[in-house]
Amino acid sequence: MSLSFDLNLSGGLNRPPQKPYLEEIQDVTVIGAGPAGLSAAIYAKRKGLKTLVIATRVGGQVLDTSAIENYPGFSSISGEELAKQFRNHAGSLGIPMEQQKEVAGITGGESVKTVSLKDGSKIRSRSVIIATGSHHKQLGVPGEGRLKGRGVAYCAICDGPLFQDRTVIVAGGGNAAVEAVIDLSKIAQKVILVHRSQLRADDILVKRMNQLNNVEVHLETPIQEILGDKMVEGVRVIQKATGKENVIKGDGVFVEIGYQSNTKVFEGFLDMNDKNELIVDNQLQTSIPGVFAAGDVIEGPYKQVVISAGDGAKAALAANDYINHIQSGEENKNANIN
Amino acid sequence: MQILTEEVKTQLREILEAMKNEVHLALFTKNGDCPTCEETTGMLKDLEDVTSKVVVHYYDLEKNQQEASEWDVKLTPSIVVLDNNKMYHGIKFNGIPAGHEINSFIKTLLEVSGAGAELPPEAQKRLDAVSTPVNIKVFVTLGCPHCPGAVEKAHKLALSNPHVSSEMIEAQTFHDVSNKFNVSSVPKIVINDEYEFVGDQPLEVFLEEIEKVHMPS
Repeated sequence: MSLSFDLNLSGGLNRPPQKPYLEEIQDVTVIGAGPAGLSAAIYAKRKGLKTLVIATRVGGQVLDTSAIENYPGFSSISGEELAKQFRNHAGSLGIPMEQQKEVAGITGGESVKTVSLKDGSKIRSRSVIIATGSHHKQLGVPGEGRLKGRGVAYCAICDGPLFQDRTVIVAGGGNAAVEAVIDLSKIAQKVILVHRSQLRADDILVKRMNQLNNVEVHLETPIQEILGDKMVEGVRVIQKATGKENVIKGDGVFVEIGYQSNTKVFEGFLDMNDKNELIVDNQLQTSIPGVFAAGDVIEGPYKQVVISAGDGAKAALAANDYINHIQSGEENKNANIN
Repeated sequence: MQILTEEVKTQLREILEAMKNEVHLALFTKNGDCPTCEETTGMLKDLEDVTSKVVVHYYDLEKNQQEASEWDVKLTPSIVVLDNNKMYHGIKFNGIPAGHEINSFIKTLLEVSGAGAELPPEAQKRLDAVSTPVNIKVFVTLGCPHCPGAVEKAHKLALSNPHVSSEMIEAQTFHDVSNKFNVSSVPKIVINDEYEFVGDQPLEVFLEEIEKVHMPS
């Protein structure tokens, strides 16, 4: 067991809370503190906007990634470390962050929105940037729900160590799946990747996986069912080429088949596509003026750390323009009255 | 053996300034086959350097059986968290709280020192109704970013009701215990060795499961 200490608490914790944001109107309230949310907060704060971040978990999904090798400036960095850099950067600007807070919904006035939290508090803000990210998609096959936590897992970095010297199956064919295979191959005795179509992971990762001698790959092989009585015992699959069914044995199934946007609380308020991703315009504004969105939560095929960070910057700049615009509008109105 | 880096120590110094009262830690180790015993001892020694508010008592599981049975210690390494009056609130860390788990450990020190926030009134009311023993086991791995949240909640519940005890169990170190409870995803929460759920669920879910013990349906 190699030891490290991934401290992510900050000083001032548990000091008497000073929460002026409950009274003051914010310029920008960012919901979410992954790469999109923190990048948005950094840009907004640097524009001089009164910025608040509300998050369940600072760092977001980056924290679930063992190594990130495609974020410019870092040829290889652990997810934990990159999240820390983002957090420290935002922290150095003095951006207030409300952690472990969940948003219940947004209601929109024309110039001021209200963000309601599940703890009952309400935040008023001229603009809102939604960067709530996404969560693991489920396979949706029989056995998956029943065996969740009994061999069916969604976080290789968390649950991998529990499968030492066992056989594990990874479902999926993208970067996340192949990375999981590479990580698990160091712990498990054997790793079997099973994917319904062809691999779409980066070539560099596929090559690395192919060099491992305890990895087996089954493509064009959809999983029909996860088998097991009390614990996972394997998966029932169909081989597309022959139409034949067979069973692949394993002690665990890691599901890495992509992500589902975290948009549930915005249903009925914001327009979404058929994948429940938020629909945005080219300024990343949602169907409600003044409400912007960035990162994995918005429509679009590519979910990457660097894309989320870029989106966050764009949304913050758009929010800044929006605020300037409504403020100059208000001034004109006042001028007319006078 | 120095375990904490200077960088981490500096951070800890700042965070632990918020500690209100002293906290006593009873560390149980044993000679011989004890993975991470040495590291855990080193970690707590480093922690004593960082703050005078943490006082560590070093015990041997075999030699100090009286203390071990008083706090129901069966595993090593195990850290029992006691308040400034050396009172036990049912809070333990079994296995080294390293990796992500240092966060729940430090948070717990702050809580037990009296620097924590109160539970939401509604939650406290539900918890006050619990009058029979409830034991919460939270299985974790050190690479799991969701785990500290679950440990913090469980420990907070223990601190807020004398009938509730809560222990973190590092699943890799205590392989046999985690096998016994079929741990294949973390955090896995087991209540009175009977009711269980997976994930860093909201406080309400913890309370619902506890209420199942309290008022079996």
